[in-house]
Amino acid sequence: MEFSVNHPIIFIMVGAIIALVLAQSVFFLVRAVKRAKALGIAKSTVTKTITSAALFTIAPAVAILVGVVALSKSLGLALPWLRLSVIGSITYETVAAGNAIEAAGQTMSELVSDPSIFITIAWVMTVGIAAGLVFVPFVTKKLQSGMSKIGMKDKKWGEIFNNAMFLGMISAFLGYVFCDVGLIVKGDTSGLIPVCVMAVAAVVMAVLGLIATKTKIRWLTDYALPVSLIAGMASAIPFTALLG
Amino acid sequence: MKKTMSYMDSVHHYGRIWGIIVGVVLLFFPVALSLIFGVLPNWSVLLKGVIATAPMYWAVGIVEIFTYVPMLGAGGTYLSFVTGNISNLKLPCAIDAMERAGVKASDEEGEVISTIAIAASSIVTTLIIILGVICIVPLTPVLEAPLLAPAFDMILPALFGGLAVVFISKNLKLSIAPVILMLVLFIFIPALNAGTVGIMVPVGVIVTVIYARILYKKGAL
Repeated sequence: MEFSVNHPIIFIMVGAIIALVLAQSVFFLVRAVKRAKALGIAKSTVTKTITSAALFTIAPAVAILVGVVALSKSLGLALPWLRLSVIGSITYETVAAGNAIEAAGQTMSELVSDPSIFITIAWVMTVGIAAGLVFVPFVTKKLQSGMSKIGMKDKKWGEIFNNAMFLGMISAFLGYVFCDVGLIVKGDTSGLIPVCVMAVAAVVMAVLGLIATKTKIRWLTDYALPVSLIAGMASAIPFTALLG
Repeated sequence: MKKTMSYMDSVHHYGRIWGIIVGVVLLFFPVALSLIFGVLPNWSVLLKGVIATAPMYWAVGIVEIFTYVPMLGAGGTYLSFVTGNISNLKLPCAIDAMERAGVKASDEEGEVISTIAIAASSIVTTLIIILGVICIVPLTPVLEAPLLAPAFDMILPALFGGLAVVFISKNLKLSIAPVILMLVLFIFIPALNAGTVGIMVPVGVIVTVIYARILYKKGAL
């Protein structure tokens, strides 16, 4: 068969795999919603969880789409569509594709026309991130039941442990926000952009939280994170113009 | 067998089955391309590409399993490790949902809420990308607009700014030391940047858990 990066058969295969991944999410969603009912979790909590998660997802999903467009210049549409819909992340897929394209002696802006190179790139992108796919089915149960045991042995410590993990992750990302502020000594203020963006998101979140508590408008807290995310992202535009 | 399985056991049971099926299908995809187009991969390019990519991402990936499983819960893990974008989307989404519902990941209530949030997020992501791929021609100029580029580049700071407010304000005592430590490390070590933040997440988690344990033993929490 004559090869092209946008060959219909590649689209058909990718579509089928994505349908499978979608089916898995639907399967787990339906079962979790049923279980929530059995556990006596209020229906409104379940509905709010779904709508808030959906709303929160829109902006990052559009950013992932930007990644698909960027990669489509060299790889066509089908392979980036698959790769950015399954395991990996927008940063990983770009790095992996870049490594493979570079190893083939090409650049990210020219379309891959050699089927052998295309297949090689698909291999690198698949294998490079396969650790999770290989290990998760076999170690999750052990890890997860170990966690529940900590919670059962000492309830208070279980809760602190939980919060400590979240805080540890959040603090790492806060550190990352500040990683380029040192450039300011060289007269480069672009390192302040992420700091300002984070500050805007934080202030919006705090203000929404305060309004929600003062006015008792509970639904406001359900959408506070998506709103602060969008506000922060939007503020990046003037901050970049000013500091970049 | 179905009747005697608890919900948690069934999550692991089906999670494994789905995980193995999707894993095999994903690994088979490049093989299928070879069969269809009748060509083999270029072995030397493959080797170079894998050497440049796999060691770091496998190391990070294995550490991520240990770090993220306790936070995501079982159902959330089985879904997230198939659909990806964990730290920049699925985990913040699950953390926010559990926080608002007042449940924790190690309880069954937390497990259920986390799974619902991550499943909803995965479905929406997949659908948005499908829509985007269908409408790629009219959308490309918008998605590539130089005006919007900074907004897409700044997702992580915007996301963690909001999340940090919630968690730091509720755990002030526990937060100060880890946050200061990470700020100092990232500001003064040039090697720590967007590419290496993935490695620093487990470091942050371990440090904070040890610090929490010390404070807890002292009765300070």
